[in-house]
Amino acid sequence: MYPRAFHYHRPKTLREASALLAQLGEDAKFLAGGQSLIPLMKLRFASPAHLVDLNFISGASFIAEEKGYVRFGPLTRHTEIEQSAVAAKIPILHDCAAGIADVQVRNRGTIGGSLAEADPSGDWATVLMTLETEVKCLGSKGERNLGLGDFVKDAYTTALEHDELVSEVTLKVPPPKSGGAYLAFKRAAPVYPTASAAVQLTMEGDVCKEAAIALGCVGLVPVRVKEAESALRGKPVDTKLIENAVEAARTVAEPQPDIRGSAEYKKQLVGALVKQALSIALRRARGERVEVSHIYA
Amino acid sequence: MPDAPQKVRMEVKVNGHAHSRDVEPRLLLVEFLREQLELTGTHIGCDTTYCGACTVLLNGQAVKSCTVFAVQADGAEITTVEGLEKNGDLHPIQKAFADCYGLQCGYCTPGLMMSTLQLLKHTPEPSENQIQKAIAGNTCRCTGYQNIFKAIATAADRMRSAAHGD
Repeated sequence: MYPRAFHYHRPKTLREASALLAQLGEDAKFLAGGQSLIPLMKLRFASPAHLVDLNFISGASFIAEEKGYVRFGPLTRHTEIEQSAVAAKIPILHDCAAGIADVQVRNRGTIGGSLAEADPSGDWATVLMTLETEVKCLGSKGERNLGLGDFVKDAYTTALEHDELVSEVTLKVPPPKSGGAYLAFKRAAPVYPTASAAVQLTMEGDVCKEAAIALGCVGLVPVRVKEAESALRGKPVDTKLIENAVEAARTVAEPQPDIRGSAEYKKQLVGALVKQALSIALRRARGERVEVSHIYA
Repeated sequence: MPDAPQKVRMEVKVNGHAHSRDVEPRLLLVEFLREQLELTGTHIGCDTTYCGACTVLLNGQAVKSCTVFAVQADGAEITTVEGLEKNGDLHPIQKAFADCYGLQCGYCTPGLMMSTLQLLKHTPEPSENQIQKAIAGNTCRCTGYQNIFKAIATAADRMRSAAHGD
């Protein structure tokens, strides 16, 4: 299948890329890893007249840890994150990076592209909602930082202006007694998950100091389970609190019925994922090593 | 669109041979390999980033060549299934797939072998789980995968033995 013919541009810097998009107008698009955009173009759901390829920009792919923060270059591939020291240290990042689609897609797909695409079934936004994440946006008016919650506006919609691109993704390294887990349930590797859950818990002894729970694929944007988060804070995490969190997750989830399952099925599923993710996050917060990957039906 | 898009010059090394071509930007890497270089070992299966029949190595990394534009391979080194055998000798991965009946109709086989090549380069002694993860992006509708797993494990064994000189 061929996409509609387009003009191809290959800028050398992110700034040049943004200027090109401003100059070429509304019918131009950035091309990052291309694992969503190219299929959309082949199916002619998207038919940009101009593609601005970000893949030849040097220095746009990096992972740096300094002063308690991790910075990702926008073109950093999922595989690079999977294999990074940072992912070994912050397991929820590994859960996500190692599970997205399949090897081939992870070798191309990028963290910046994933966030900018804002697919409701995407993995990164859900995971990064549970960490303190900022997205740097670069455009003709300069650079600005947005919290991830303000960046993701709606399904396939972000705060990015037409000529803006993601120039960096920054997250705060969780404190030492913190543990997280991301579980995504899918029918086969290359498809999007049916539902997913990300949990990050910071403990002080048996008491939960800080909790963040986000659900993927069950809303237009990642869904925070705020009620469960505040119920967990300041208390020992026991079976009852976990059951409450599962119920709260099922209540706030607003899944659409589709070929992957009915709305009711997805609500049940996302609750089960929250339960499992909570228990893995707790074990990891205690310093246990737990291997996790996306779950296949 | 008012003006037809200009062709773009690309230089690429495929299985060790350098090629220089002017290509339409919308030309997919898999079409470039099959139609322009006549390397038809790389197959088009689903054409929607699912099945992995079109898997090739781009700078040593497995990619679905139906989901990369040819111009994006400018300056890159590509290995296709045709690059596996050397001087008429099958690659150990090819031999293992044949010996273990790791195929039936054979349509998915080139892609599976390229995914195997990437796996064994970094993980010479893969666990069962690592093998399964490595080919999760390759769909086979005939075999049920069991003989493919055997073929990959066999190829790994043989390549390790060869590397140790025993």
